[in-house]
Amino acid sequence: MAAGAPLITFDKVWKSYGQGEARVHALAGVDFAIRRGEFVAIMGPSGSGKSTAMNIIGCLDTPTAGTYSFMGVDAGRLDRNRRAMLRNLYVGFVFQGYNLLARTTAAENVELPLIYRGVASRERRDLAMQALAQVGLVGREHHTPAELSGGQQQRVAIARAIVTRPTLLVADEPTGNLDTARTHEIMELLTKLNKELGLTVTMVTHEADVADYAERTIRFLDGHVVSDTANLETA
Amino acid sequence: MIWETVRLSLRSIRRNVLRSFLTLLGIVIGVAAVIAMLTIGSGTTQKVKADISKLGSNLLVVRAGRPAGPGGPGGLDQVVRPLAEKDLAALVAHLTGARAISPASQKQVRVIFGTESLTSGVTGTDSAYLDARDWKLVSGRPFSDSETRSGTGVCLIGETVRQQFFGAGDPEGEIIRVNRTSCKIIGLLEPKGYTGFGQDQDNVVLMPLHAYQRRIAGNRDIDNIYIAADDRTPTSELQPRVEDILRDIRRITPDRESDFGIRDMTQIADAMASATTTMTGMLGAVAGVSLLVGGIGIMNIMLVSVTERTREIGIRLAIGAHEKHILIQFLVEATVLSLLGGIIGILIGLGLAGLASATLTIPFAPSPAVILLAVGFSALIGMVFGFFPALRGARLDPIDALRHE
Ligand SMILES: Nc1ncnc2c1ncn2[C@@H]1O[C@H](COP(=O)(O)OP(=O)(O)O)[C@@H](O)[C@H]1O
Ligand SMILES: [Mg+2]
Repeated sequence: MAAGAPLITFDKVWKSYGQGEARVHALAGVDFAIRRGEFVAIMGPSGSGKSTAMNIIGCLDTPTAGTYSFMGVDAGRLDRNRRAMLRNLYVGFVFQGYNLLARTTAAENVELPLIYRGVASRERRDLAMQALAQVGLVGREHHTPAELSGGQQQRVAIARAIVTRPTLLVADEPTGNLDTARTHEIMELLTKLNKELGLTVTMVTHEADVADYAERTIRFLDGHVVSDTANLETA
Repeated sequence: MIWETVRLSLRSIRRNVLRSFLTLLGIVIGVAAVIAMLTIGSGTTQKVKADISKLGSNLLVVRAGRPAGPGGPGGLDQVVRPLAEKDLAALVAHLTGARAISPASQKQVRVIFGTESLTSGVTGTDSAYLDARDWKLVSGRPFSDSETRSGTGVCLIGETVRQQFFGAGDPEGEIIRVNRTSCKIIGLLEPKGYTGFGQDQDNVVLMPLHAYQRRIAGNRDIDNIYIAADDRTPTSELQPRVEDILRDIRRITPDRESDFGIRDMTQIADAMASATTTMTGMLGAVAGVSLLVGGIGIMNIMLVSVTERTREIGIRLAIGAHEKHILIQFLVEATVLSLLGGIIGILIGLGLAGLASATLTIPFAPSPAVILLAVGFSALIGMVFGFFPALRGARLDPIDALRHE
């Protein structure tokens, strides 16, 4: 990849569902680019195509038309297993509902992506401990999700997302299930990871004060990008 | 990675212990049945072979009456001309290749000692009988030639008879009553146990042929002549010689069939063995059906498991699992599950076989090859029937899977 080239490029990306009359365009010709190390918030009303865009960014999904390139690779045209490989190597996911494996300890949840990388169990444990320390969860390694609060579960999910040292963090409404205090803690954590590790963060949110943590906000409406602005430094 | 997956599957099996167990029931029953039947079957075969060889290995048995199939009765369409002393004498004089030739006449007779009584198989014979049948004495001595000739009232008894009358005591020199005659015990036969057909081989009394004929049978007939082949002569070679000698002495013209039968115990042993093999084969087929049912059970439970864990599959796919990882995970789970069933089945099957061998007094004969085969087969069932559900899981779309509640 050429130096200075964007990490992520959407070039007239369409994503359509259904046929004929019932055809819905979740994305209707979306263009934008995100550079390495950026912290981008994606906003917009419900059904405007935010999650669809995030799934394509995270290589979980592919566009119906247009080009999505990730790290200079035409990721929209890769097969399932190649996209799985990209996800495992470069992408970490954080979801609104945490999506931890039930009845599985925090440490084991965090180790999971490393298993699919073939990392030896000893090293896996060390890396998982490090990641849990980074999200401030020392001493909770052996708790299962049921024994953790929502904020703690989301921290575990973040630890799982960063344990592979990814290039990109994809977070779809990461604070959607949390109260205000917990929301700000999580946002501070994401900001720290963005600043300290140079992690590129793309995050969907409905809340303006959450979006304010980002450097830039992209607004969606009916599958189109309606605005793409830099946030004023508030801190 | 594989170890990781095995651990994972054990954990998920443990989470649903009852469900897992119910799922396994088919495999458990199938494997237990196969193992029990094959183990009991081979024990029975061993027992039958041992029994037949107890009858005497390389033994020919001549009896009066037209021969039928192996083990069958003589024809009823003719008046049976019994075997007689001169037939025996001709064999003794002319037959080569025999180790022992001995007459025997048998009858179930009431035997009495003091106030105790017992119905025993009483055989009139001579001193060559022990050699022909390969029977041994624990104590005492066989009939002398003079006792045989004169038909003295002496007898050898089996272990069951001793226990009935004398407990653990020494029977030698005691006088027992057989029918209306009395005889003195001069020896004790080595215990032989039951035959595969449940016949007590130790409930016997042997006495000199002439004594038996005079005092019990009331005739001069010989029921059977036992001929043991020597080591160099196969029974198949001995049989035509016996036939020639007997046809000659009994003056049977070439245009007529023999009026006596010669049974080859070796052939009977083979026939019995192959009969039990056929039987175990048939029972094996029945067990195969229950294994198939077990396999379908595994398939069903794995489909349920994949559906229940759709979200988990979504998470795994999102964080970088390949299709093959998911496929392997569920395949291993199905295999571990059905292996577990197989192992439980093997243990239960061996237990049943052990129980059966104790009650039926047949040898406990577990075959490592059969056990290994059962292990491999149950693993195979898991893989085959787990494949479709696993593939279904692996092919899930990660986005749909993550949305699944
Ligand atoms: N799998 C799908 N099948 C059909 N329509 C879909 C599917 N996924 C999303 N959509 C539609 O696409 C539009 C955008 O959805 P989404 O990206 O989830 O919106 P947002 O995350 O902004 O709320 C919605 O109208 C939604 O109904
Ligand atoms: Mg959404």
